[in-house]
Amino acid sequence: MIYKGSVIKYGDNVDTDVIIPARYLNTSDHAELASHCMEDIDTTFVSRVKQGDIMVAGQNFGCGSSREHAPIAIKASGISLVIAKSFARIFYRNSINIGLAIVECPEAAEAIAEGNTVEADLDNGIIRDLTTGREYTTEPFPEFIQKIIENGGLMASIAK
Amino acid sequence: MTMTQKILAAHSGQCQVKAGQLILADLDLVLGNDITSPVAIKEFAKLGKDSVFDKDKVAMIMDHFAPNKDIKAAQQCKMCRDFCEDMDITHFYDVGEMGIEHALIPEKGLVTAGNAVIGADSHTCTYGALGAFSTGVGSTDMACGMATGKAWFKVPSAIKVNLTGKLRRFVSGKDVILHLIGRIGVDGALYRSLEFTGEGLSSLTMADRLCIANMAIEAGAKNGIFAVDDITLDYIRTHGGAEPVVYTPDDDAEYDEVIDIDLSAIEPTVAFPHLPENARTFGEIGDIPIDQVVIGSCTNGRLEDLQTAAEIMKGHRCAKNVRVIIIPATQQIYLDAMEQGLLKIFIESGAVVSTPTCGPCLGGHMGILAEGERAVTTTNRNFVGRMGHVKSEVYLASPATAAASALTGKITSPWEVMSI
Repeated sequence: MIYKGSVIKYGDNVDTDVIIPARYLNTSDHAELASHCMEDIDTTFVSRVKQGDIMVAGQNFGCGSSREHAPIAIKASGISLVIAKSFARIFYRNSINIGLAIVECPEAAEAIAEGNTVEADLDNGIIRDLTTGREYTTEPFPEFIQKIIENGGLMASIAK
Repeated sequence: MTMTQKILAAHSGQCQVKAGQLILADLDLVLGNDITSPVAIKEFAKLGKDSVFDKDKVAMIMDHFAPNKDIKAAQQCKMCRDFCEDMDITHFYDVGEMGIEHALIPEKGLVTAGNAVIGADSHTCTYGALGAFSTGVGSTDMACGMATGKAWFKVPSAIKVNLTGKLRRFVSGKDVILHLIGRIGVDGALYRSLEFTGEGLSSLTMADRLCIANMAIEAGAKNGIFAVDDITLDYIRTHGGAEPVVYTPDDDAEYDEVIDIDLSAIEPTVAFPHLPENARTFGEIGDIPIDQVVIGSCTNGRLEDLQTAAEIMKGHRCAKNVRVIIIPATQQIYLDAMEQGLLKIFIESGAVVSTPTCGPCLGGHMGILAEGERAVTTTNRNFVGRMGHVKSEVYLASPATAAASALTGKITSPWEVMSI
């Protein structure tokens, strides 16, 4: 699967409390969660994110709570892919399970700048920064993970 | 194999597993709360099943925004209540019976040594204190677990934490885990197990161990687990837990690293905003005035925590303009604290005592911070906006440090207040 979009970039240890603050966890409505995504560290995110945009971040992205509302909010906001230096494990698992594409690539996460246009081919493990022309390689997704994401999540995948 | 690897091998029908291997494990308990369960229930509905894999092995606990903080929270609890009634779930705990899940589940004897447990709450790692493999997952994994009784895992490698010595007075498990996270960082154990062992274990109470295992996730760990000893077995027996199965690490178990902690050298420790790894001891803290103190949560709302706080607060008034909120973690702890006279001590000192709830820990209700306010709390996270306004600050500490700070109105060592 190919993902292409412009980059919105954050730093290290972006936690699930800033991705979606707990005060909004009294709902599981995707659109409502998306409307508050990232607001405690970036009040401009919701207004500037466009369908297909790619989020790039540092180490330990998604640390903290197990709330699946966090990857749901990111996905529902329009983000097609998250590239980070590393992910917290529950967030990683949750993202795959709900069908949000995420990939660890420390070199790409370090070098790619805010606003750049990026194209990622995760089946073949290639990330291209179209703005700078640089290319990065990453572990391709195993086939069962590709299937989960393509089907829109674990449950949809099991139901098929 | 490590303790964790042995439990995972036994639960996946294999003699041997190794780090990195993907396995499908049988689960002894699947749990969720009033925030994560609604999402899991929606996912479960997609499977079209009319029963869970085992009605005695699913637990749902209304603790985060319960007693219902608003209409939406009430709807979420109702959805859980209806589901548990439809599915005839044995372990559904609502207002009146509930407590904070990670205090309630060990208290009810629902986990025993050797179990494999998943919970849609990151602090599910708490039950590692009982010698179980226990880890936090999301709502979809919970739904899958409720349907099939299984979950897939990548077998983790481990860090061994070798404990020696004995804690000093008014130093507790909270200081140990804040010290450890300060040393290895919030991703220092990412994807790995933290295995606690060594002769120092014998001086740690179950409350200390549950607190330490609870915050393994704050170092990024998949699970924290303690070697089982007589203290563990006595706790499991007293609380009516199932027959324990004790796994000890092999002599040739592989560890990525070994961290030695001399418990007698641990001092009262505070984690500064906005990460649990920002651990400091009192030589490097200075004068920091506070607006609120919270003593409670799945980390430190146990009876021993309240006893320590009461010992420090007895006969003293809380500092003026400091709001002190004390939350026993379960109904049983609340009752015990009442019978032991602890609630009277708190109320006479000017603190409020609440029914069990996660409430303020995650900025839900029962003690939200305004812009610019600071709190010393016995909870587990101090991220930006965690307890309220994005410009508020949370300082994580032990019950003893929180109680001492309540009396002085600034972040204060219990050693200073108790003149040790």
